[in-house]
Amino acid sequence: MKYIDEFQDPELARRLLDEIRATVTRPWALMEVCGGQTHTIIRHGIDQLLPPEVELIHGPGCPVCVTPLEVIDKALEIASRPGVIFCSFGDMLRVPGTDRDLFQVRGQGGDVRVVYSPLDALRIAEQNPDREVVFFGIGFETTAPPNAMTVHQARKLGIRNFSLLVSHVRVPPAIEAIMRSPDCRVQGFLAAGHVCSVMGTAEYPELAARHRVPIVVTGFEPLDILEGVRRTVLQLERGEHTVDNAYPRAVLPGGNPAARAMLDDVFEVTDRAWRGIGVIPDSGWRLSERYREHDAEHRFSVEGIDTREPAECRSGEVLQGLLKPHECEAFGTTCTPRSPLGATMVSSEGACAAYYLYRRLDLGTPSPKSPAADSAALEGSSVV
Amino acid sequence: MCLAVPGKVLDVEDRDGTRMANVDFGGVVKEVCLEYLPDLKPGEYAIVHVGFALQRLDEESARKTLELFETLGMLQEEFGDPWESAAEATGNERPAHEGVAGEVRP
Ligand code: SF4
Repeated sequence: MKYIDEFQDPELARRLLDEIRATVTRPWALMEVCGGQTHTIIRHGIDQLLPPEVELIHGPGCPVCVTPLEVIDKALEIASRPGVIFCSFGDMLRVPGTDRDLFQVRGQGGDVRVVYSPLDALRIAEQNPDREVVFFGIGFETTAPPNAMTVHQARKLGIRNFSLLVSHVRVPPAIEAIMRSPDCRVQGFLAAGHVCSVMGTAEYPELAARHRVPIVVTGFEPLDILEGVRRTVLQLERGEHTVDNAYPRAVLPGGNPAARAMLDDVFEVTDRAWRGIGVIPDSGWRLSERYREHDAEHRFSVEGIDTREPAECRSGEVLQGLLKPHECEAFGTTCTPRSPLGATMVSSEGACAAYYLYRRLDLGTPSPKSPAADSAALEGSSVV
Repeated sequence: MCLAVPGKVLDVEDRDGTRMANVDFGGVVKEVCLEYLPDLKPGEYAIVHVGFALQRLDEESARKTLELFETLGMLQEEFGDPWESAAEATGNERPAHEGVAGEVRP
């Protein structure tokens, strides 16, 4: 059986696959929400190991991919200003804005720095009191609490030259939007494990009941995915639609209460645009009024930026599970990890990049000249 | 960036009124904020994301996950030099810089 010997516990993987095969009686379409899960699925060929009745649709859970072009352009604009130190996680360096990326801004003399943690950016602000230090705060419910804590610390320590360019997104409203789409084919969700490590599972029962869709909290290692699929298919076959936790080693029902409290203090829920998808109501966070002083958009005027998405990029459809990456005409021709048109090809958790790296042979496309360079083209790793 | 990696707490201290720890991720040691899991003790494991401990993890699953990440090269992806890989990807020079801020050299 292809790939299966690479599993950590091939015996258990076989058993789970056998159980899924024995359970399934008709076709089901499941969406994995988290980009890390997409990456695991494609890397380990899990979608090909599953019986043909079970289709995995890739969801919008790659934070780098869903950050809107407008926000990227704002980041590039702020990062180019004299006197600014712009701090970011490494995976944002090559996300294309309208006409350049952060890597190029650095090459043109902008002071762009990569940090491992937002607290490192705060330290840089402390050490450079005469400069403006801006941190690029993107990501889902997993990344938002660290960024919230950092702003809270800035306020506590009176560090006034620190601000956050915020583009945080929330998973439940995205699930709602996907279910409401008239083209939606999703019948069950593998919910993102680490998002639930923070938020718990309380937001999901209402969604599951209203849309009659099972939601199974799933980790992102190969065996976690198989277990998540097994439990979702079991529910679907029985006509059930409840919330189930298949990742209890990292997810408590209440999540992390301290982190949730900090989120409530520092952020407030707002409508947010998702790259390629458009505005989803209540799907994001912005800094609350009390922290406005640390809001980069408030501090720098960056309105009226003219953004242009490449017309041929169909990442919006990819992010909503309406199109598989290789069905895009640019895939592997004008769009590769070396010269990506869309963010879903830049980030290693993007569905386009995952297909490009691990699916070439199945697609009958020629092997890349230098696969090593192509994997090097994917920096960082973004898992919801 | 968003990869959450299990790590082992080596030591804990209060720094400027903030609970911090040195955490070992299969050989790479990083500073981690414990404000969201304040009673985490040295020797315990937690899932760490962008320098914050977010949830406790039992030792066995933590070790298994770290092993898997090591085999898949994901620790390198998470803790390697992003400027280097960006430069390699574009075929450009890596711009002069000061590395990844916040590195704790073992
Ligand atoms: S292959 Fe490239 S152009 Fe096509 S949807 Fe993906 S990122 Fe966009």
